[in-house]
Amino acid sequence: MIRVFVEGIGLLGPGLNGWNESRLILSGKKNYASLPAELPDCDLLPPPERRRTVPAVKLALAVGIEALFHAGREPSESVTVFASSSGDGETVHQICEALATPEREVSPTCFHNSVHNAPSGYWGIATRSHQPSTSLCAYDASFAAGLLDAAAQTTADGCAVTLIAYDLPFPEPLQTACPIGAVFGTALVLTPNATPRSFARLGLEVTKVRGKTTRLTDTGLEALRTTVPAARSLPLLEALSSGSPSSVILDCHEDFRLYLDVFSC
Amino acid sequence: MQPLVLSHMSIVNSLGAGLEKTLEALRERSTGLAPCRFESVDLDIHVGEVSGLDNVTLRRDLSEFDCRNNRLAQMALEQDGFEKAVGSARQLYGADRIGLFLGTSTSGILQSELAYRRRDPDTGALPEDFLYSGTQNIFSLAAFVRRYLYLEGPAMVISSACSTTSKVFGNAARMIAAGLCDAAVVGGADSFCLTTLYGFHSLNLLSREPCRPFDPDRDGISIGEGAGFAMLEKSRDPDDTDSVMLLGVGESCDAYHLSTPHPEGLGARLSMERALSSAGLGPEAIDYINLHGTATRTNDAAEDRAIVGLFGDATPCSSTKGWTGHTLGASGITEAIISTLCIRHGLVPGSLHTRRVDPALRSRYMLDNQSAVINRVMSNSFGFGGNNCSIVLGRLR
Repeated sequence: MIRVFVEGIGLLGPGLNGWNESRLILSGKKNYASLPAELPDCDLLPPPERRRTVPAVKLALAVGIEALFHAGREPSESVTVFASSSGDGETVHQICEALATPEREVSPTCFHNSVHNAPSGYWGIATRSHQPSTSLCAYDASFAAGLLDAAAQTTADGCAVTLIAYDLPFPEPLQTACPIGAVFGTALVLTPNATPRSFARLGLEVTKVRGKTTRLTDTGLEALRTTVPAARSLPLLEALSSGSPSSVILDCHEDFRLYLDVFSC
Repeated sequence: MQPLVLSHMSIVNSLGAGLEKTLEALRERSTGLAPCRFESVDLDIHVGEVSGLDNVTLRRDLSEFDCRNNRLAQMALEQDGFEKAVGSARQLYGADRIGLFLGTSTSGILQSELAYRRRDPDTGALPEDFLYSGTQNIFSLAAFVRRYLYLEGPAMVISSACSTTSKVFGNAARMIAAGLCDAAVVGGADSFCLTTLYGFHSLNLLSREPCRPFDPDRDGISIGEGAGFAMLEKSRDPDDTDSVMLLGVGESCDAYHLSTPHPEGLGARLSMERALSSAGLGPEAIDYINLHGTATRTNDAAEDRAIVGLFGDATPCSSTKGWTGHTLGASGITEAIISTLCIRHGLVPGSLHTRRVDPALRSRYMLDNQSAVINRVMSNSFGFGGNNCSIVLGRLR
């Protein structure tokens, strides 16, 4: 079991517009109503890059900046871990379409945007951060894998790490081959020790199956959890919104689970 | 960081399958690069293609993962007794205590590219035999390898373009340090696809000739295919001064541009400094630097500045991309394994195809192979998105 502390959260999804508003919904104080998320431009980016930002980058940067603002930290100082299953489906689609034509003319901007770590690259440019940054994927377990990686890095290197998990629907025809339910992003700022800004402590343990995956009681939120890989974070976010001690089980791969104990502090 | 032993390795690239083929080619200075004959590609370039991938059949129970990238991964897993070594580690640690940290930049995207040629003319739908999650998804590689090796521990694919399979060493080391696993399989695979071939072409970064790192006439990269795997374990012998170990990992971001390196090599220098600091070593402890050395004008100039700034002009360095080509997401593991071979066999590889060193570059760039005692190597990998990683491999003194 390893222990880390939570200093800040970012959240953007259908009917979930920022952590402050969403925590009331997740803790059951307000009803959930699904409305498409609006992706803000990142005003930290210089204009040439801002023009090139695709929705995946807007989403990742928005939740990351929100979490670090919540934590009261300078964004440039945090190590980052980006976790996504879909990556940027729009860009992949545009490239595949271009490659299916006789000319095969791939746009240079599309090509450099196509790397899975494009949001990490734009994050560096926006925040002027030279800190290490990981971009990873683990199918529907991408959030859990990102949390594990971020927690391991916080623990092993003794530094604050911001986890940014995001997924977006693909355009057709890829969306039929891999349906993703909605635009959803979330971010957590983790630290190895308690700080004056810490509001929760997480205990993490990985093991084979022991108990059932935590689900959500609200059917709308539960539908989100099961149709968007990054929304597999919702049971943890719900636990963090309530302030009372709880245990959360996130499924990872086949018979492998991530167990989380959540305490407020 | 606590040193970790690279206890087993396996490799495949255009030089052939298995460690012996790569070592032999390094010694004999024979390249894997040849004019591009891949698929229907109409570009006049040299590439490092792995032969025989079209004839590979994935293990029967894993057919849902069939794509060029996973075929390449399977070919590598079959080399150098790697599967057997992982089997022994499963017995020793338990399958759930071995982590899997792999890298790829483009995974099985070739399947999607081919499927887009076969869309339904009326509905635009992709053909029914297209399987997204086993092929295009970035995690497909680790999902496949996890089942192939019967591993049950944490698994993820790191995808940060060309720095990916250096960075996996850091992910593994941190997970082991945090106690979340006892050992790790690291590595990855990157295979040809039209996205990278035509994408790099769109940026005017492909050389027509075999690439010539650090040459004044260098004009771009030669793309190669490659896969490699390594087992990382804590040392069980405190007196072990012979095994090659992972001694340090350093990572940084350029925060400059998505596809152009920082002109002063700022991010490159930071990742090298952090790797030395992680290893607890000074620059003088490094006997050879295996460069990222892609042979683009900007990469080599920026990397040279960073090297000279940190190491001065006396540390031997070279790029081995003249042999393998730039294996992109697999370049980190490919060159980590080449670096390990250099340590084991006392070899400093001199750059292949480089006719002379660009007089504007000031590091001690090696043109001829040399025999030397090498105890520690730094290996650099820098990627699109400005993600940089340097690792230090070597023996404990």
